[in-house]
Amino acid sequence: MSELIKVGMADLKVCISPDSVTTLGLGSCVGVAIRDKENKVGGLAHVMLPDSTAIRNNTNIYKFADTGITELVRLMEEKGAKRSRMVAKIAGGAQMFSFQNKSELVRVGDRNVEASKKKLKELGIPIIAEDTGDSYGRTVIFYPETGDFVIRAVGKEERTI
Amino acid sequence: MGDLNLESVSEQYLDVLKELGNIGAGNATTALAQMLQCKVDMKVPQVRLLDFGEVGTLMGGEEQIMAGIYLCVEGDITGSIMFLLEKDAARHLVSKLMGMELEGDTFSEMETSALKEIGNIITGAYLNSLSTITNLKIFPSIPDLTIDMAGAILSVPAIEFGTLGDKILLIQTQFTDDFELNGFFILVPDLESYGKILGALGMI
Repeated sequence: MSELIKVGMADLKVCISPDSVTTLGLGSCVGVAIRDKENKVGGLAHVMLPDSTAIRNNTNIYKFADTGITELVRLMEEKGAKRSRMVAKIAGGAQMFSFQNKSELVRVGDRNVEASKKKLKELGIPIIAEDTGDSYGRTVIFYPETGDFVIRAVGKEERTI
Repeated sequence: MGDLNLESVSEQYLDVLKELGNIGAGNATTALAQMLQCKVDMKVPQVRLLDFGEVGTLMGGEEQIMAGIYLCVEGDITGSIMFLLEKDAARHLVSKLMGMELEGDTFSEMETSALKEIGNIITGAYLNSLSTITNLKIFPSIPDLTIDMAGAILSVPAIEFGTLGDKILLIQTQFTDDFELNGFFILVPDLESYGKILGALGMI
């Protein structure tokens, strides 16, 4: 039996095919899905904020793009995944309201996406698909077996990237 | 108060914030009753400091479709306030305000603007009471509205709280007219504003 593992907000989970991982209702947060194409080890991080070094209270390393993605990759490697075989897909980073005034929080969705891309690049993991930005929430399901990243949104057709 | 983080806020401070939440929600209920010109009952609001993960569950799951009304606050304190309402409850309020049944499953432009106005009045009443108690000037911005999954809407205040800690302060209010309406307030003052609110109340 395959299991669908749930990832909460500011959380991450590793899974091995045939299991899959999901996170529900991504808004300005970004879902970073990574998989090893060979041994089908996968993982999903629900990133909330771009930069752990910009915030004093940063003990939850899962919350940030920089530390969260690094940790996800480390945990995947523990399960036997190889960095050189990893590919990533990302989704989310919406701007849910048309204004968000606080200067450091302006476009936090965009900044989460940028920070996630930057970290993946640093780690040498290519991004092969993305569905980011815009102004609606997304639920995502990631299947390490095929690499399918299924995206659902309110009033929109389900799509797979 | 520079080092304030929500986890280390003492029970006493939390009680003060809870009480502010109670009074604010009470005022909001009165405003709602006046607007709808009917009797609206309110259960004692529940004020909770929750982990991010628990919030979606409380609202019936991260994928529960909600109406979220969000506005910024300026003046003596700065930050933002959000009011969330289940979609069915939102439709009920709009149809009551407009005196007609809503058709279809989505909100028209006029219905959206009616819903914004409802949000404006409810959050306005809430902020007014906060302002009166603390004697602080609080000016709300024009509200913005989105209808989407609870998790996605909540990511906005969660991210703001996320810069402070891993918890979110939520005030759950249940209104009843002839329909049970579950509403949630989320007040996100920035770091200095917490200090100002507590200071204005003689807590620090």
